[in-house]
Amino acid sequence: MILVTVGAQMPFDRLVRGVDAWAAARGRSDVFMQVGAGGARPAHAEWVEFLEPAEFSSRLAECSALVAHAGMGSILSALEAGKPIVVMPRRGEFRETRNDHQVATAIRFRELGKVHVAMDESELPAALDALDRMPVAERIAAVASPELLSAVSDFVHARGEFAVRR
Amino acid sequence: MPRRRPRVLAVASGGGHWVQLLRLRPALEGCEVTFVTVRDSYRSQVPGSDFIAVNDATRWNKLSLLRLAFRMYRIVRSLRPDVIVSTGAAPGYFALRFGRWFGARTLWIDSIANAEEVSLSGRRISSHVDAAFTQWGHLSDTPGFRHRGAVL
Repeated sequence: MILVTVGAQMPFDRLVRGVDAWAAARGRSDVFMQVGAGGARPAHAEWVEFLEPAEFSSRLAECSALVAHAGMGSILSALEAGKPIVVMPRRGEFRETRNDHQVATAIRFRELGKVHVAMDESELPAALDALDRMPVAERIAAVASPELLSAVSDFVHARGEFAVRR
Repeated sequence: MPRRRPRVLAVASGGGHWVQLLRLRPALEGCEVTFVTVRDSYRSQVPGSDFIAVNDATRWNKLSLLRLAFRMYRIVRSLRPDVIVSTGAAPGYFALRFGRWFGARTLWIDSIANAEEVSLSGRRISSHVDAAFTQWGHLSDTPGFRHRGAVL
């Protein structure tokens, strides 16, 4: 099953319509979409507006790949679950988010080799066609890097560079 | 003499901000943590910790911002945390601003989603917190910010 998610904040109709058109063209019946409140509804996939965390986790565990907006919740969840992920960034000019930060996120995470990217709907079919050939991704631990954990811990306990002078 | 466990308020809005906050949990071991976020359904992800759900707000909706600010003020005033940590966005901004008034030490961790520049909330909060981190090395020269690793 291919799981599509637009995140909890707002719909992302370009992604939903793009994946829906691809599913129709390829005759796929194994796509499940979370489309957001009042978002476009796919004609060739099962869909819901929202997935609560527990249901999202179980759908994610079952899926072969995630297709999502370039939001960090979606990206980190896919990496933690060891699922390949294709992201398409929301664009400020279409009022899909307040600015183009998702474009930067998509480009940076592609450079890190963590995500596959369709910059817009024209790049979606090729990216989706490649999903079945993608190797199982390596799962990352559900914790931050040792460097960040140690800095936060030092801050919380007022140690090291964050020692409080009295 | 054993010291009292630090009281920590850990604050994030929904989606990626919340997932990033969850990834910091090992750094909060040994603390009394209260999580504050914007969806009651997230409660099940932090069993054993105190949990408060507040309304979400963006800077485009002034009324919800006002409601959120008032709510955060009351939470901070009643819990009197020693430390407040936030991965953004609006709820964390208010928690950190008010936290300082009540003597909390405050840490802003800018979302890893902000790869091009530090977020607007981050730039606005940096002079009001004890420390602010960016998760991208190439942004570590942003005034008021330092780079100490990332959530992955």
